[in-house]
Amino acid sequence: MATTHLPVLGGHPQGAASTCRQDAWYAGPLATLLFLCTALAYMTWAALQGNHYYADPYLSPLYSPVIFTDLSAAGAAPSWHAWVGNWPAWWPAALPLSPALLILPFPASFRFTCYYYRKAYYRSFSGSPPSCWVSPVSGRNYKGETSLLLFQNLHRYAMYFAVIFLAILFYDAAVSFYRRGEGFGIGVGSIVLTINFLFLSSYTFGCHSFRHMIGGGADVMAGKSGTFRHLRWKFSTWFNRRHMAAAWISLAWVSLTDVYVRLVSMGAINDLNSWN
Amino acid sequence: MANRHFRVWRGDHSGGDFKDYNVEVSEGMVVLDVLHKIQAEHAGDLAIRWNCKAGKCGSCSMEINGRPRLGCMTRMNSFDPTATITVQPMKAFPVVRDLVTDVSWNYAQNKRIAPFKPKAPEADGSHRMYQDDVDRVQEFRKCIECFMCQDTCHILRDRGKQSEFIGPRFMIRVAGLEMNPLDDDDRVPELRHEFGSGMCNITRCCTEVCPEGINITDNGIIPMKERVVDRYFDPVLIAARALLGRKKRTKPKGTHEVQEVLEVPRPHEVPGTQ
Repeated sequence: MATTHLPVLGGHPQGAASTCRQDAWYAGPLATLLFLCTALAYMTWAALQGNHYYADPYLSPLYSPVIFTDLSAAGAAPSWHAWVGNWPAWWPAALPLSPALLILPFPASFRFTCYYYRKAYYRSFSGSPPSCWVSPVSGRNYKGETSLLLFQNLHRYAMYFAVIFLAILFYDAAVSFYRRGEGFGIGVGSIVLTINFLFLSSYTFGCHSFRHMIGGGADVMAGKSGTFRHLRWKFSTWFNRRHMAAAWISLAWVSLTDVYVRLVSMGAINDLNSWN
Repeated sequence: MANRHFRVWRGDHSGGDFKDYNVEVSEGMVVLDVLHKIQAEHAGDLAIRWNCKAGKCGSCSMEINGRPRLGCMTRMNSFDPTATITVQPMKAFPVVRDLVTDVSWNYAQNKRIAPFKPKAPEADGSHRMYQDDVDRVQEFRKCIECFMCQDTCHILRDRGKQSEFIGPRFMIRVAGLEMNPLDDDDRVPELRHEFGSGMCNITRCCTEVCPEGINITDNGIIPMKERVVDRYFDPVLIAARALLGRKKRTKPKGTHEVQEVLEVPRPHEVPGTQ
């Protein structure tokens, strides 16, 4: 019988990203890396533009809610859409006049601390580990989420803001069926914004912290005292089982919604609607 | 009948090698059957731990083509007909011989968990628990203790942090007790300080490998991490408890006497095996 000599007991290879797996284990983390980098690059670019984020009556979700608006920018939201009003004079000249920069940290922190995305970027970005049964890229000085990453424990606060943002995006979806002076109607943009709200709702309702806060944190969920609690928990559990899919679809759809609103606002495409 | 090429790791705690075997495989065979055939025809001294051959005893855990699997549940027709099949012992535990590893570290962890502590009975002397509450914790009782999740966890498998993390199997055991409405013990301080809930970075491999389909991460580990957040990291809940005078324990109880068993040598720590 032929014999192969390996130095490690059990024949397990050692070293960064070493494994005995014979399948394409790197495909998943690589796809995650590419998708997240693409989404991040597009959203950063879009957030820094500060223009073409509004095409009456559609508001890009990357810019919602509009706190201040710069009316001199092309495709900017009208004054009545801004919570505070026109852009203040004290705003530092070095910073771009983009309403997105004021609100994006909230949804970004929700995604960054999300239990699902943690898995995705721990695997794809830090190789900790790159995939199951593949040796981690970093060494033995691993501390998990007990040291530098302790802040991940505040995910529930990011979730609270995400729920507030959901209400705002519901409002945006609702007003996308109404044009001032022209009344109710429907356009492709109305449908795009409504689907965006539904995908983001699916993602938020499946959040592990949400599931914990609405019932999972209790021991007694059934019976006389907790029947409604159990219903809430089951509702969130249904979405929780689909959390990964909701995370990806909602992220992609938010970007596509911004692309759609941007192209309509720029006049590059015509929005099919009942108003014209 | 088809001839299949197997590479099986043979050795003990002092070292070993892969040995190649060509075996005639017939329809319906699983990897454990092939290993038994190797025992019968080529290597009578090949050591394998097995028992039920039905995926219920959790004895025949091994690594097949780099992935922890139950030998008795891995069908030969799931592989490419021309592929070489590599079989190794579990990486996270010290090798006793060939495919048999010493999993006693896990039993030591089990002893660290305080047993079920029943609440006082209701006025009529009964202990009541509703079916929905039973169902939630029952999922964890499906565990067959194959320890493949422990073998999969990179904290134990690759980083040698056995002294800092109890592992997914025992996180769900604690979860099954902590969520049990009839259990009167508070296990949250131990979860954080003794069992190392913060060490888990939720890469979910334990859930992927579980042969019983237990949702270890979503239903066990993350809910426990959230309970640790309730107790230690949520400023609003901490302030509310202080205001309402509902103080909760934040420090673990006394150290258990089985702590010394933690220091089971890991494979790469056995002298002369590097």
